[in-house]
Amino acid sequence: MLDSTVAPKALERFLYLSALCFGVLALGLLLLQFFGKPLLVSTSLLVIVAAIVGYKLSFHNSAMAAVWLLATSSLAAAFLLLFLSDIESQGAVGFAFWFLVIASWVLAWASVSRFTEINTLSRGVNAALSILIPLIFGVWLLLLWEFVTKGHDVPKVLLPAPSDIADRFMHSIPTLWADFKQTFIKSVLTGYIMGCSAGFLVAILIDRSPFLKAGLLPVGNLVAALPIVGVAPIMVMWFGFDWQSKAAVVVVMTFFPMLVNTVAGLSAASRIQLDLMNTYAANYWQTLFKLRLPEALPFIFNALKINSTLALIGAIVAEFFGTPIVGMGFRISTEVGKMNVDLVWAEIAVAALAGSLFYGLIALLERLVTFWHPSMRAAAR
Amino acid sequence: MSESVIQVDKLSLTFQTNDGPVHALSDIDLDIQQGDFVSLIGPSGCGKTTLLRVIADLEKATGGNITVNGVSPEAARQARGYGYVFQAAGLYPWRTIAKNVSLPLEIMGLDSATRKERVARNLALVNLEGFEKKYPWQLSGGMQQRASIARALAVEPDLLLMDEPFGALDEIVRDHLNEQLLALWAKTNKTVVFVTHSIPEAVYLSSHIVVMSPRPGRIQDIVVSDLPRERTLDIRETPEFLRIANRVREGLRAGHSYDDVES
Repeated sequence: MLDSTVAPKALERFLYLSALCFGVLALGLLLLQFFGKPLLVSTSLLVIVAAIVGYKLSFHNSAMAAVWLLATSSLAAAFLLLFLSDIESQGAVGFAFWFLVIASWVLAWASVSRFTEINTLSRGVNAALSILIPLIFGVWLLLLWEFVTKGHDVPKVLLPAPSDIADRFMHSIPTLWADFKQTFIKSVLTGYIMGCSAGFLVAILIDRSPFLKAGLLPVGNLVAALPIVGVAPIMVMWFGFDWQSKAAVVVVMTFFPMLVNTVAGLSAASRIQLDLMNTYAANYWQTLFKLRLPEALPFIFNALKINSTLALIGAIVAEFFGTPIVGMGFRISTEVGKMNVDLVWAEIAVAALAGSLFYGLIALLERLVTFWHPSMRAAAR
Repeated sequence: MSESVIQVDKLSLTFQTNDGPVHALSDIDLDIQQGDFVSLIGPSGCGKTTLLRVIADLEKATGGNITVNGVSPEAARQARGYGYVFQAAGLYPWRTIAKNVSLPLEIMGLDSATRKERVARNLALVNLEGFEKKYPWQLSGGMQQRASIARALAVEPDLLLMDEPFGALDEIVRDHLNEQLLALWAKTNKTVVFVTHSIPEAVYLSSHIVVMSPRPGRIQDIVVSDLPRERTLDIRETPEFLRIANRVREGLRAGHSYDDVES
């Protein structure tokens, strides 16, 4: 273990101080109510101890301080959630509650800033930290959302709490799965594969002939400029209500980014490298496969990444214009009408999850395939 | 006896640009024999690289005649009649060193056993054994350039065309590679055409030094070196060496003064 503890900077010290102040304030308010809420009293005591001990620890050992702060802030958050689920009318939380929310959030913030101070050469620890830090951030975003919606009793139609959404999610898995299958696996994947391959093949054709470059590139440009809300109904007319019309919309949306990027990538090879192939008397295909396509790979992966998010958006929006009674876009548009906003949010969660995973998978593949590219070399170090 | 590898007769090349024609090469006559080490030397813009590119069929002459290995440059290129080493190594970053050297062999359609044997032999020739599995960006500039020489040699051409291959390297690495190149030339009796703008490098390496001058690019003087074929770096201190270097320098100066009068 390296001993390289960095003393907390001014901002971090302010975090400990404010956590302490809010804890004391909450305790004072609760005192006025003669300790009617034992759960909150213990939370405020916990927060006060956590802030003082955390501050002391931060001078000695970053890792210990970080873990301590994470544990105590999580425990405080758990107490607060328990309090919220316990109370009869959820809208009736007082100032003491909000002070404690702020105090525990600030403690979590301090733990993140302690975690970032940990210096270690161990790859495992670094990998764990690179997951843990955004995870703390994300969880606290959800927690604050939960506290605000439950604490203020926000109407579900406006903004359901994460717990409501999760509850709805767990109870509608068959529906969500059917929608996912319809929209993502059928429309998105089919359209994505077809659109990307079409863009790629046309780019190679364009590259071979200046005539096509003059003719096809502007047409591709035109297709990219078409508004999706105009294209989608037309595709429904052409290809019917089922997923085929959505896949067609996705094809239209993903075609152009792939076309433009591949055309740019095919001209990325340097003069010397092309001359070199010439001195070997290499034919067109040898030059294409051994030099120009590898050189174009970073561009092609750019298009694949852009398209992975475009495709999902395209398929969901396209379902607003006529679809069988299944699909993520269909579900969103009908459940909004029925004021079932928590199911809409559940669909959004599925879309976000699927989109991020899809993107992440392609980014991972890019790393494996274009490891030699300077941008990846820097990332690997 | 020896025979002509490259015959150049009244060769000229004019580039058409927006500012009018540029005479890159004018009235070039040159005869290179098997086993010669010919340096093309001159200030930038004198067309030395252009001449090398015409020999390699990377540029087309606009006048005169040229044959390489007895045929047109294009036919020589199609027959993989030469190896070309560029100013930059130009290795493919997605290929390992061994794979880079094997690239021309793959294009020629050689079977994998032959490829493997030639890669190993030529990497050994440039002292790069043990680096087969490294990627180019993991090696120093000098090692990269050596790998690119191995790549050119792997084609096993009798003619080696080199365009300022050591221009970007530091003096010590350059001396070392010059020594290795000379040893290789002495061992294999290959014909080498070598572009440089360094007088010591040209004199140290060459059997013939072609001094060129700019605007229009033409041959000012051809200096035949009487230095022995086997040379060490010490030869640069000898009077014979300095005499040849002086003649080359005078040729370069003559080309320059002519330029000054003209402009």
